[in-house]
Amino acid sequence: MQKLLLESLIKAPFTEPAPQADTVALAELATRVDRAARARLGRSLSIRQVDAGSCNGCELEIHALGNAFYDLERFGLRFVASPRHADVLLVTGPVTRNMREALQRTYDATPGPKWVVAAGACARDGGLFADSYACVGGVGAVIPVDIHIPGCPPTPTALLGGLLALLTKSA
Amino acid sequence: MATLLDTIAGGHLVEAHRPYPRRIVDAPLWQALGAGLHEGHWRLLGLWGEPAAVHMALLDEAAGLPAVASLACPDGTFPSVAQYHPPASRLERALCDLTGLAATAAPDARPWLDHGRWDLRHPLGQRLPAATEVPPYAFLTADGEGLHQIPVGPVHAGIIEPGHFRFTANGEAVVRLEQRLGYVHKGIEALMTGASIERAARLAGRTSGDSTVAYAWALARAVEAALGATVPERAVWLRALMAELERLANHFGDIGAICNDAAFALMLAHCGVLREQVLRAANACFGHRLMMDRVVPGGVEVAPGPLDTTPIRNLIDVATKAFPALVKLYDNKASLQDRTVGTGIVRPALARQYGCGGYVGRASGLAFDARRQLAYPPYDGLRFEVPVLREGDVNARVWIRIREVEQSLALVGQILKALPPDGLTRIPLAEVDGPSEGVGLVEGFRGDILAWVRLDAGARVGRCHLRDPSWFQWPLLEAAIEGNIVADFPLCNKSFNCSYSGHDL
Repeated sequence: MQKLLLESLIKAPFTEPAPQADTVALAELATRVDRAARARLGRSLSIRQVDAGSCNGCELEIHALGNAFYDLERFGLRFVASPRHADVLLVTGPVTRNMREALQRTYDATPGPKWVVAAGACARDGGLFADSYACVGGVGAVIPVDIHIPGCPPTPTALLGGLLALLTKSA
Repeated sequence: MATLLDTIAGGHLVEAHRPYPRRIVDAPLWQALGAGLHEGHWRLLGLWGEPAAVHMALLDEAAGLPAVASLACPDGTFPSVAQYHPPASRLERALCDLTGLAATAAPDARPWLDHGRWDLRHPLGQRLPAATEVPPYAFLTADGEGLHQIPVGPVHAGIIEPGHFRFTANGEAVVRLEQRLGYVHKGIEALMTGASIERAARLAGRTSGDSTVAYAWALARAVEAALGATVPERAVWLRALMAELERLANHFGDIGAICNDAAFALMLAHCGVLREQVLRAANACFGHRLMMDRVVPGGVEVAPGPLDTTPIRNLIDVATKAFPALVKLYDNKASLQDRTVGTGIVRPALARQYGCGGYVGRASGLAFDARRQLAYPPYDGLRFEVPVLREGDVNARVWIRIREVEQSLALVGQILKALPPDGLTRIPLAEVDGPSEGVGLVEGFRGDILAWVRLDAGARVGRCHLRDPSWFQWPLLEAAIEGNIVADFPLCNKSFNCSYSGHDL
């Protein structure tokens, strides 16, 4: 273990430069994030992730945000355990009818000001599951969505870009 | 003892079902099969329904041959299998929710996937309007002094899928855990009904995102069996290459995550790096980090021309060098062993009863691996070991995964050597002139995945059923946690890492 620890002191970090904030996401956001909210939150965001019916592909890539290559905590972005601690809900999946109430209640439990980020193709409009009797079809059908990060699943870089869009205002 | 084939020999053979036999049996024979399961003669592979029939896939392990038994249900009922064989219970409850067929004498008749929130009932059977009033779900009880309940979920504290756990505890000790799943039910099988093969394959690949390659492969094998199609050799090797990369990525991620749940974050950091490197190699070679939609019925979807496998070769070099140090680290840390050894034990007898596959079964003495017992190409020509332990605790499940990582690293090496450098990777599928049925079984990282498909004329999917390995692992988690402390639940749960989405479908 000592050797591993020592090596990690000598080796260059895996961490890579941040992706450019997605311009579409930024434009969408600029109208919503006002100066007052930014002043209150500073450059740090607490994120509560909610799986509202995804296939777990999105969760795998959201997990990857925490690995040494992306290391999202260096941006002041962190995942929290309760919606009551969160500024942002990061929601995945074609909201299933069985999860609809849980999502709504999670949203209600999140204190304002709050933002909703819908991650993945399903979260936009239900994706491949849009026609199902068991799905509501998109996060926006249940709670208001501020930005959507496309992809099936979105890559960690795309996720990071979208989340940074919440922090960085377009020039 | 009569073999499975002898037992169902009295049933009517369905000609268009490949590669394993399907026979239409009568109710007494259906019950005899249930009794045979109870006596441990064969292993339950799946149980699913249609509007007026139920099907049961079984494996005769001694003969190494699966078979499907079907029972017509003209009056809308069928004899419960779960009355003989408890592992069938959840499958049966799901079947009843989806098709409306009632299991007579079922030990548990509560709904399972249907939470009373859809706008219809029996989506795969005679559809009915939703019930106006839904009684509250009756959790099982535990009586005793000082017992209290801890409800957890469906929204959990971490980045995981939704499900509900109802703990009954005495102080810190768990006396009963009851799971309630179905929150991520997306109606995949109903969406597949009437869909094109292409759309069905995309849906199969999103049944459980962490096993997208294995699911797509299972469905592809079922479709190819139904059509009698033989895929190009290069496609077979590429499928195995992707499947082993998927196994590596998941095992790396989970080994790290289990250690992290025991408050040993260093392992997560190092394993997370390895996992990311696997995904990047996959992306470089196949254009998608999780390799979604790359395995398709008829072959694989990869860029034409020779494939540059340098990223995968580099990955194998890096991982082969880095992994032994991590294994040593895991093995030498007393604080870690203190949490994993003796925690969350699944007794071998219980694992055997549930016919549980994957690392959960193999950590409890069950040597089943579809790549070996029902060897499909190219695994029939590859050298690998199936590691087995008998302790059945968290530690054993970690060690099985460690050994499987080593096997997969070696397998990728063999596959790269054998992979034809160039050539056809996909064939067009033949037309379907009448109903044809196929079944496919593929070993995913979590265990064996079953796909059963019936194609109708016009190459439309008439009915498709997918069975995740988690169906037979989730119930064992309920047993494993008993007597452990609540704080060890994340550790037990992570060492199982059952799929919610694959189970809920």
